[in-house]
Amino acid sequence: MPTSAMPESGREVPEKSRMSPKSLAIWIAVALVGAIGWAVLALSRGEEISAVWLVVAALGSYAIAYRFYSRFIARRVLQVDDTRATPAERLEDGVDFHPTDRRVLFGHHFAAIAGAGPLVGPVLAAQMGYLPGTVWIIVGVIFAGAVQDMIVLFLSMRRDGKSLGQMARDEIGRVGGAAALIGVFAIMIILLAVLAMVVVNALAESAWGTFSVTMTIPIALFMGFYLRYLRPGRVVETSFIGVALLLLAILGGGWIQDSSLAEYFVWSPETLVFCLVGYGFVASVLPVWMLLAPRDYLSTFMKVGTIALMAVGVVVAAPTLKAESVTEFASTGTGPVFAGSLFPFLFITIACGALSGFHALVSSGTTPKLIQKESQVRLIGYGSMLTESFVAVMALIAACVLEPGLYYAMNSPAALLGPTVESASEAVRNLGFTITPDQLTAAAKAVEEQTLVGRSGGAPTLAVGMAEIFAGVFGGAGMKAFWYHFAIMFEALFILTTVDAGTRVGRFMLQDMLGNVWKPIGRVTWKPGIWITSALVVGAWGYFLYAGVTDPLGGIKQLFPLFGIANQLLAAVALAVTTTLLIKHGKLRWAWVTGIPLAWDVAVTFTAGWQKVFSDNPAIGFFALRDKYAAAIDKGELLPGATNMDDMHTIVLNNTVDGVIMAIFLLLVLTVLINCAVVCVRAVRSPVPLPTTEAPYVESRIDAPEQSDEPLVGAKS
Amino acid sequence: MSLRRWARAVRWYLRELTGEAEYDRYCERHRRHHPQAPVPTRREYDTLRTLHREEHPQGRCC
Repeated sequence: MPTSAMPESGREVPEKSRMSPKSLAIWIAVALVGAIGWAVLALSRGEEISAVWLVVAALGSYAIAYRFYSRFIARRVLQVDDTRATPAERLEDGVDFHPTDRRVLFGHHFAAIAGAGPLVGPVLAAQMGYLPGTVWIIVGVIFAGAVQDMIVLFLSMRRDGKSLGQMARDEIGRVGGAAALIGVFAIMIILLAVLAMVVVNALAESAWGTFSVTMTIPIALFMGFYLRYLRPGRVVETSFIGVALLLLAILGGGWIQDSSLAEYFVWSPETLVFCLVGYGFVASVLPVWMLLAPRDYLSTFMKVGTIALMAVGVVVAAPTLKAESVTEFASTGTGPVFAGSLFPFLFITIACGALSGFHALVSSGTTPKLIQKESQVRLIGYGSMLTESFVAVMALIAACVLEPGLYYAMNSPAALLGPTVESASEAVRNLGFTITPDQLTAAAKAVEEQTLVGRSGGAPTLAVGMAEIFAGVFGGAGMKAFWYHFAIMFEALFILTTVDAGTRVGRFMLQDMLGNVWKPIGRVTWKPGIWITSALVVGAWGYFLYAGVTDPLGGIKQLFPLFGIANQLLAAVALAVTTTLLIKHGKLRWAWVTGIPLAWDVAVTFTAGWQKVFSDNPAIGFFALRDKYAAAIDKGELLPGATNMDDMHTIVLNNTVDGVIMAIFLLLVLTVLINCAVVCVRAVRSPVPLPTTEAPYVESRIDAPEQSDEPLVGAKS
Repeated sequence: MSLRRWARAVRWYLRELTGEAEYDRYCERHRRHHPQAPVPTRREYDTLRTLHREEHPQGRCC
C-alpha cells in the first residue's frame, strides 16, 4: 500500500534525546532493506531485475525520510507548536475553516494533488532508462517536492490560509506578486492544453475508449440529479452507484467496439479537440452540482482505488523490468520521445512525481484552513507528496515492464514511425531496438485497439503496462483489453476533472484580473461576464491543444517540455517565496532547506528554458527549428515531418509561439526571483526582523489527537 | 478489530472524505449557536453548500 511508507500515525513522541533500542533496531532494519534495494538497482548490469527492488528502494527511502528529515524540518526549521491554535480552530465557521481529522485531511489533500502528471511524466522519462528516473523521483521528492509542499502548507497555515500569490504580494512586493499571479495563470493554460492532449491521443480512433469516456458525462449528470433531488447529500451511496455504472461503461465499450455502432465512436483527433473544448466551456458555466461535483467524486474514488490496485499488482505480480537501466539517449540527447540530454530534460519531463509547483497552490488553498494541529503538516504535506511520488514510481515501472521495442513504437512521433506497422518496425530498428510488425499487430490486438503505433502522450503506454501487470494478477491474458481500457478511462477521468476544475479556477483568476480594468467583468454573478471569461480561458488552452494535436512534428514532443518547464518554474516561485519567508522569520541558518532545492530547480529550469529558446540545435531550440523550416520555405523545399507547404507554415508558427511563451515564462519567474533576492538581502541586513503577516499566537483549546488516544471509529459517525 | 468495527471505520472515513458528514457537523454547530432557529434540512443545506462551491472553485493538480 502506498501509505505503508508512513508510520501508523503522525504521532510525535514527546521530546526524547535518544531512541529506544527497539526503535533504533527497527530503523536500522528499514535502512538496510532500503539500501539493499538501491544496491540491487545500482549493481545490476545488463541482467533484467524485478520491479520489486524499485518498490523496496522507494519505500525504504520514504520511511527514513519521513521519520528523520520531515521531523527535523517540523521541529528545528519550522518549530511547529501544538499549543498554538491553527486557523481551523481560531476561525472555525463550519464552512471554510474547521479542524479536520488528520487522516481525512490526508485523503483530501492527496486527492487534490494527485493527477495525471505523475503518471505521464515518468512514462516519457523511461526513454532514458529506469535508473535516472527512479533516482530523481525518490531523491527529488525527499529533498525538494515534499519539502516544498510541507513548508508552503505551514506558512500558509500561519497566515490563515493565504494563497501563494497573496503571500508573494504581501511579503515580497507588488511587482513580484503581480508576476507570480500572471505566471500562475499562463502556466495553468499550458497545463490544461497538454493534459487535454494526452486525452485526445488516448481516445483518437478508439471506439472503445471514446464510448466509455463519453459515457462518464451522462453518468455524472445522473449522479448530479440523484444527489440534488432524490437523495440529497448521500455522496458515498451515489459514488458507489457511479463507479458501478462506470465499470459497466467500460464493459459496454468492448461491446460497442465489436458492433456496427463502432463507427460512430471512431473520432479523429481534430473532432476530439472540438468536443473537448465545447465540453470544457459547458462544464465551466453549468452549475457545479450538475457535472463538476459528481465527476469529482467519481474521479476521487477511481483514483484511490486504482492506485491501491496498482500497488497490489506491482508487489504481487513482481514483473521484471525489460527496459535498460540507463539508455544511450541519456547522454546523447537524441531520444525520439523528448529531445535533449539528461540534464536538464529528465527533470523537466518527470516534473510532478518529484517536485510539482502546482502543489504549492493546493497547499496554500483549502488544506491549511482545515488543519487541526500544527505538527500535522508533516503527515499532510510531506506524507501526501511521498505517496504521490510512489505513484510516479509505479508509473515508471508500468512503462519499463514493456518491451523497449513496443515502448518506442508507441511513443515516437508519427513523422518518424510512418503510417504502417512495417514502417514503425523499421523505425524502431533504426533506433536500436527490435519489434516485428507481427508483434506490433498482436500487441494492439491483445488490448483490442486498432493500432498502438504512434500512440504518444504517455497514457496508452501506461495503460498497456498496467494491463500487463493487472492481467498477471487478476484475470489473466483474457482480461488484458478490459484492464487497458480501465486504465485509459481512469486517466481520462482524472484529466477531464482537472480540465473542468482548472477552467473554472482560470475563469475566476481572469475575472479577478480583468475586474481591475473593467469592474462588471469581475462580478462573479454577472452571466455575460462568466461566459466571456470562460470562453477566453477555454479558447486559450483550446488553441494550444489544437496546435499540439495538429503539429506535424508531434505535439507531445513539442509541448510537453513547455509543460514541464512551466510546472518546475512554478516550483521555483514557491521555493523562492518559502526561502524568503524563512529568512524573514530570522531562520537564515535553515534557509538551505528550501534554498538548495531552489538553486537546483532554478539551474534545471533556466538551463532547459535557455536551451529551448537559444539553442542552435533544431532538435531542442524552438527558434532554431523555426529558422530551419522558414529557410526551407523560402527555398520551396519540404523538410521531414511536413507533407505539404501548409505543414511547413504550421511548424514555423507553432515554434514561434512556443518560443515566445517560453521566454515570457522565464522573464516572469526571473522577476519574482530578483524581487525575492532583494527582500532577502534587506532582511539579512536589517537589525530588527522585517514585519511579516504571520497571525499572532493564540493558545489552542483543543486536544491534540496524540494526547487523547481515540480509535478510528471513536470519532462521531 | 472485529469486522464490524472495520466496516464502521471505513464508512466513517468515506463519509468524512466525501463531505457527506459535513451536514451533521453543520447541524450540531447550528444548534449550538442558534438554539432557537430551526435546523436547515439536508436539501437546504446542500443548496447552500453547492452555492459556496460555485463561488470557491478548487483546482485539481496535474
